[in-house]
Amino acid sequence: QKLENSAPVIRESAEARRTTLLELDDLQSDPFDTREIFDLIRVLNDPEHPLTLEQLNVVQEGQIELDNQNNYIKVLYTPTIPHCSMATLIGLSIRVRLLRSLPPRFKVDVEITPGTHVSREAVNKQLADKERVAAALENNHLLKVINQCLDITQQHADSA
Amino acid sequence: GRVLSVLVMELQATLTGHKDVVWDVAWSPSGSFLASCGADRSVRLWNNDGGRWVCKTVLEGAHDRTVRAVSWSPCGNMLAAASFDGTISIWDRRKGAFECSATLEGHESEVKSVGWSVSGTYIATSGRDKTVWIWSYDDDEEYECASILNSHTQDVKCVTWHPTLEVLASTSYDDTIKFFKEDGDDWTCFQTLTGHSSTVWAVDFDAYGDHVVSCSEDRTIKIWHCSQPSGKKAECTATIAGFHTRPIYDVSWNKISGLIASACGDNTVRVFHRPGERSTDEPEYALLASSDNGVAQDVNAVQWSPASPSVLASASDDGTVRIWNVRI
Repeated sequence: QKLENSAPVIRESAEARRTTLLELDDLQSDPFDTREIFDLIRVLNDPEHPLTLEQLNVVQEGQIELDNQNNYIKVLYTPTIPHCSMATLIGLSIRVRLLRSLPPRFKVDVEITPGTHVSREAVNKQLADKERVAAALENNHLLKVINQCLDITQQHADSA
Repeated sequence: GRVLSVLVMELQATLTGHKDVVWDVAWSPSGSFLASCGADRSVRLWNNDGGRWVCKTVLEGAHDRTVRAVSWSPCGNMLAAASFDGTISIWDRRKGAFECSATLEGHESEVKSVGWSVSGTYIATSGRDKTVWIWSYDDDEEYECASILNSHTQDVKCVTWHPTLEVLASTSYDDTIKFFKEDGDDWTCFQTLTGHSSTVWAVDFDAYGDHVVSCSEDRTIKIWHCSQPSGKKAECTATIAGFHTRPIYDVSWNKISGLIASACGDNTVRVFHRPGERSTDEPEYALLASSDNGVAQDVNAVQWSPASPSVLASASDDGTVRIWNVRI
C-alpha cells in the first residue's frame, strides 16, 4: 500500500510532565493545564505511520486553548499534508480520546489548523456534529480503526 | 437581543433511569404520557402519578443501536421510535401493554427523525442517507412506503408535520429547510429556505402553521413566515442571536401560549417570545426565561406539553429527562 506522505518530518517527544506537590494532595482541587490535555492526545497513533501525533507534529501544546473556569477546550491539529485523507479519522480520534478522558463538564472543539488542509471546513463541520460522532462510535468497523489510533499501551510500557 | 425576565423557569422533576444520553422527548397528544429515548437503545414512558413522576414502562429489545427520536400517533395509541440501526419500530397499546407491532425498514443507515402526520395517515422518517421517507398507514394497518424524497444533499436531521395540513417540513446538514406536499400520486418539495449558515437541527410550526421556527449549529434561531403550501416564497422575519453559545439542537413552539423554547449544547433551555403585535414588520424576540445552571450537560430536545401550556420537558446528555414549569 502506497503511503500518502512517505517521508514525514519526525520530531522528538516531550519529556514526561512533572507532577506538582499540589496535585499529590488529594484534598486540594487543581485545575487542568494545557500540558495535561496535550499528554492525553500527543500519544495517539497516526493511522498511517507507526508514529505518534506528537512525533508527526500533528498536535502541539501551543495549539491547545483551555479555559478551566468556563469548562472549554479547543484543540487545533495539523495534518502532515494538505490532502491527507486521514484528517477526519485523526480528528475523531482526538475527540474520542478527550471524550473518554475528561469530565463531561468540558465542551470540546476539535478543528484543523487554518490553512493546513484543503477540506478544512467540511472536516471541522463533521467533527462538530455530535450526532454523527455518536453514530460513528456505534459503527463497529470505524470504532476498530479509532481504537487502533487510541491504543497507547505500547507507549505506556516504553515510558514506564 | 432583549432580555425581559418576566417568567420564572422552575425545575419540577428530574427523571432518571436512562443509562446513557437521552436524545428525544415526546408528549402523548393528551399530555398524560411522556416518552423519552436514547443511547441505551430503550424508550421510556413516564407519567405523573398523583404529583410524582414515575417510569411506567421501558420499551426495549427492538433496536440494537441508539434510539434517536420518538413520535406519537395523533390518537395516542401508537408510538414510533427511530433508531441509528436504520429501522423504525411501531409500538401499539390497544391491547393493553405496549407491543412492538411493526418495524419499518428501508433507510440505508441511521434514522434520525420520525413524525406522525396530523391525520394519522402518514409517518415521515429521515436520516443519514439524505432521504425523507413518507410511509402511509391504511385501514388494514399496513405500512407502505408512499414516497422517497431525495431533495436534500446531506443527512436530514429533522422532519415535522404541519399542525393541520399534510405538509411536511425537514431540516438538514445541508443548511436548508424544505417543505413537501402531496402532489397527485407522489410527494414534491415546493419550497426551500436558506439563511442558516450551518446545519439546521430542528424546525417546529406555530399553532396556525403559517410560521415556523428553526434552530441551527450556527447558534441562531430563525422565524419564518410561510403562506403555504401554495403561496409565495417564505421569508425569514426574525433571527434570535446572541443568547446561545453552542449549537441549538431543538425548538418547540407552544401552540397555546405562543412561547418558543430552545434546547442548546450550552446546557440551557431558553424561552423566547415576541412582545407586542403580530403585525410588526421587524418583530423582535426577547428572552423571557432560561434554565441557568439547571442542567449539567448538552440539552438535546425540548417539547411543550400539549395539555398544560406552562409545562416543558427536556432531554440531556447527562441521562436525565427534566420537567420544567414556566410561570409568571
